[in-house]
Amino acid sequence: MRDLSRISNPYRDDKVIDSCSLFGVIDLEGRRFPPKAPIKAMDIMSERVNGLGAGFAGYGIYPEYRDAYALHVMFMGRDAKGRTEEFLKKNLRVLMAEEMPTGKEMRDAPLIWRYFVEPKIVNDKCSEDSDNQIVECVMKVNNGIEGAYIFSSGKDMGVFKGVGYPSEIAEYFCLDEYEGYMWICHGRFPTNTPGWWGGAHPFNILDWSVAHNGELSSYGTNRNFLEMYGYRCTMQTDTEVIAYALDLLVRRHKIPIGLAAKILAPPFWNEIDSMDSKERTLYATLRQVYGGLLMNGPFSIIIARSGEMMGLADRIKLRPLTAAIKDNLLYLSSEEAAVRSVSPSLDRVWNLRGGELLIGRLRSVKTLEIPPVVGLH
Amino acid sequence: MKRIKTYLQPEYVIERLKDRCNKCKICVRECTYNVHIYNPKRDEILSRDEYCVNCQRCVVFCPTKAIRVRKNPNTYRENYHWTEEVIRSIKQQAETGRILLTGMGCDKPHLTYWDRLLLNASQVTNPSIDPLREPIEIRTYLGKKSEHVNINYKDGGDISLETELAPQLRLETPILFAAMSFGAVNLNVHRALARAAAEYGTYFNTGEGGLHPSLYKYSDHIIIQVASGRFGVNAEYLNKGAAIEIKIGQGAKPGIGGHLPGEKVREEIAKLRMIPVGTDALSPAPHHDIYSIEDLKQLVHALKEATDYTKPVAVKIAAVHNSAAIASGIVRADADIIVLDGVRGSTGAAPKVIRDNVGIPIELALASVDKRLRDEGIRNEVSIIVSGGIRSSADVVKAIALGADAVYIGTAALVAMGCTLCQRCYTGRCPWGIATTDPEISKRIDPDVASARLKNLLQAWSMEIKEILGGMGMNAIESLRGNRLQLRAVGLNDAELKVLGVKAAGE
Ligand code: SF4
Ligand code: SF4
Repeated sequence: MRDLSRISNPYRDDKVIDSCSLFGVIDLEGRRFPPKAPIKAMDIMSERVNGLGAGFAGYGIYPEYRDAYALHVMFMGRDAKGRTEEFLKKNLRVLMAEEMPTGKEMRDAPLIWRYFVEPKIVNDKCSEDSDNQIVECVMKVNNGIEGAYIFSSGKDMGVFKGVGYPSEIAEYFCLDEYEGYMWICHGRFPTNTPGWWGGAHPFNILDWSVAHNGELSSYGTNRNFLEMYGYRCTMQTDTEVIAYALDLLVRRHKIPIGLAAKILAPPFWNEIDSMDSKERTLYATLRQVYGGLLMNGPFSIIIARSGEMMGLADRIKLRPLTAAIKDNLLYLSSEEAAVRSVSPSLDRVWNLRGGELLIGRLRSVKTLEIPPVVGLH
Repeated sequence: MKRIKTYLQPEYVIERLKDRCNKCKICVRECTYNVHIYNPKRDEILSRDEYCVNCQRCVVFCPTKAIRVRKNPNTYRENYHWTEEVIRSIKQQAETGRILLTGMGCDKPHLTYWDRLLLNASQVTNPSIDPLREPIEIRTYLGKKSEHVNINYKDGGDISLETELAPQLRLETPILFAAMSFGAVNLNVHRALARAAAEYGTYFNTGEGGLHPSLYKYSDHIIIQVASGRFGVNAEYLNKGAAIEIKIGQGAKPGIGGHLPGEKVREEIAKLRMIPVGTDALSPAPHHDIYSIEDLKQLVHALKEATDYTKPVAVKIAAVHNSAAIASGIVRADADIIVLDGVRGSTGAAPKVIRDNVGIPIELALASVDKRLRDEGIRNEVSIIVSGGIRSSADVVKAIALGADAVYIGTAALVAMGCTLCQRCYTGRCPWGIATTDPEISKRIDPDVASARLKNLLQAWSMEIKEILGGMGMNAIESLRGNRLQLRAVGLNDAELKVLGVKAAGE
C-alpha cells in the first residue's frame, strides 16, 4: 500500500499546516459563467497566499456528460497512467478519456487526464450504490497505485488545482474556457510542505468540494474518529478530515446538512442547557455521539455540492468569512475587499457568526433554519 | 522457642526542640501510635521512635513547631542492590514469618510515564484561547454512545431524533472520586466525598462496603460498587446510585482479594456489609460467579435488569499484560464504562510484594486499550476511566490525550483531606482520621471542612485544565480525547513510544 502522506507531508509533521484565502460565488438562478471574477478576487487576496498551492472547483461545467462521474487524475509515476487506465477499464465504464487541456508550461506540472465514467452496473433505484462504487475506486487508486492521484470525482463538476498562484493555475488550466454556475476557489500559504499538486485545495470527493482556511487543534481526535468509520486520512490535512466528516454525516448517516454543521461547530453546553427539552436532547445527543467530529480551533470553510454553496466558521470565529449578495449572485470570501473588487456595489454584505452555517441554494438563499423538533420519544 | 530480639532500627527519629516545647501534650494526644508519651514524675515529653511512621500529624499540630521528624541517620552501608528497604524487609520477615503488609500505592521510582510526556501549545498558526475571556468546556458524559444518530427529516420539514442514547453520567469536570469502602475509611470520609461530588457535579464511588442510608440523598452523584464479596448488595442498594461498578480487580493488588480485619468491622459496618460484628470481611480474589467473559456478561445484564436499564454499568480491572484484549471483551460483555486501574493504584491494605510488582503502568495500559478499541471500531461503545496515581491536572490532561474520558482520584482526594501517604492504612490507626473506623480518631475528619477541601481541589484542577486546553487552542475537552498529537515524549525508548502512540519531543 502506497503512503500518500509521504508526498503530502514529507517532513512527517503531525499534519499539513497552512493558511489561506477563500472565495466562492454561486448564481442562484443557475446561469453559467466563466470564472473571471473569482480569479480577479483571488488576486486581490495575494497577501494570504505564497504561491505554493491554489485551486478552483467549478459546478455545471460538463453539461455534455452531466450524468457521468468526471475523474480528474494526476500521474506522477512512469507507469501510473497505464495501471490506472487498466484499473478504470476493469471496474468502470469509461465513456471518454482525454488529456486535460492546459495552457503554457508550468514547472513540475504532472501529467493530468480526465475520464468520464459510469459504474458498470447501474442500479437505478439506488444512486448511493453508484456513489459507493466510485468512492471505492478513488480510494483504491489513491492508496494503491503508485504515482496516480484522483483529485476530482463528481458529476458535472471538476476541480483544477496545483502549485502556483491562483492566477497561474487558472491560466494553466485555461479556466476561461469553462462555464459554471458556481465556483469555489482557494489560495494557499502552507508552512510545512514544499507544495505538491495534489495537496492544493479544493479537496473533493464525489459531489463534495471543500476549501478551508484554518488549523484544527482537534485534528488528532477528528482523524481517530473518522478512522473508526473506515476513512484513511492519507493527506494529513484538516480539509480532508472536514470533507470526510461531511461525507460520513450527510451521506452515510443521513444527517441534514444544517445539523451536520452543528456537529462540526456545536452550540456551547450552556446554550444547549437552556433549550427546550426536545431540542436539548437532540443537540446533547449529537454532541455526545459525534464529539470526536467537533472541529476545534480556527477555521472557515466553503463547502460546495451540486446546487449548493455553504459557508461555515468555527464556533468562536477565529478565521474570517464574509458573505455578500448582489442581484442573483451570492458571494463568500475571506475578505470583503475581494468581493468589492469584482462587484463594487452590493445589495447586502455581512460577516458570518461563529458556528453559523450559510447555505446558498439555487433559487433560494437561507441561513440555517432547523425546524422545530418533533416526535421525540 | 526463644523470643526473637528485633534487629530493626526505627526508620524515623523524633527531635524535640527543648527551647520551643511548652509541654502542652498536644502531640501525645494527636499521635495514634503512642510515639509521644508524657512522664508526669519528671514532667517531660519522651519519644518512642520505633513506633513513628512519619505521618507528620504531630508536626502540623504542635503549636510551637518544636518537632522535627528525621530519617534515622543510622542506616546500613549504601548499596544499590541491597537497599535499606530490602534489608529491613528481610529482617522483618525473618522475625515474624509473615507476608509484609502495606497501604496506599506502589512507591517505586521507575513507573511514572506522565512525567515523560509533555503537552503542546498553540503558536502563530492557530491562536490559543484565554479561559478568562472565552468559554472552555470540560463537561464530560460517560456511557455507551451510539455508532450513529438517526434523524428523521423531510427537507424543510420537521426533524425528529430517533436515537435514544444509553444512560449517561454527566460530569462537570472529568474527575471522579475513586472507590474507597466504608470500612476501609469511615463515614465522615464518605460524607465528605459524597457531598463534594454532589456539589461540584461529579461522582463518588462507594467501594465495596455498601452505602450508609444517611448518604442516600446524594444518590444522583454516587457510583455503587459490586465486588467479589458482594457485601451489602441488594436491590435497594443497587438502585441508590447513578451507576454501578463491578470491581474485578484493583491496581494496588491485581489478582488478590480484600480483607477487612474483624477489629474494623464495627456495628454500622457489619450492618451495611450484612455480616456479624467483629468477623473478618473477606472478598475472594475472583468473583466466584465470574470465571470467564460470558459470566461477566451475565452479571452486567443481571445488574441492568435489577435497575431497569436506567444506569450505566462499569467494569473495573487492574491494568495487566493483556488489558487491551480484556477490555475488548468487556465492551462485548455490554459494559458501558471500563475502569482501568494502574500499578500506582492505592489500597487500604495489600501485600507489599503484590503492590510493588504486579500490574503495569496505567499510561501504557490506557494507550493500548484506547488503540485496540479504536482499531476494532468499538471505542464509541464504551467510556474509559483511568485511575492509579493521578496526581495533578497535568496528569488528567495527559490521560485524556492518551484516550481516557475521565479519571478517578483516590489518593489525591485523601491527600486533600489530610493524608500524608505514610502507607500505614492497614493498621486502622490513621492519624489523620481517614483510614480508620475508630469512632474517636474518625472525628478528626470534619465532613464540612473535608468536603470544602475536596471541592477546592476539583475547582483548582478544573481551572488548570481549562488553561492548558486554551493554550492548545481548544475550547472543548472532547477535542483532546485521544488526541495524542498534543503529546510528545522525552527520554523514552522506541518500544515505549510505540505503545504510547506518541512521538519523541522535537519530532
Ligand atoms: S505538641 Fe509540640 S509543644 Fe506540645 S508537647 Fe508536643 S512537642 Fe511540645
Ligand atoms: S490514609 Fe492515613 S494511614 Fe493511610 S497513608 Fe494516608 S495518612 Fe497514612
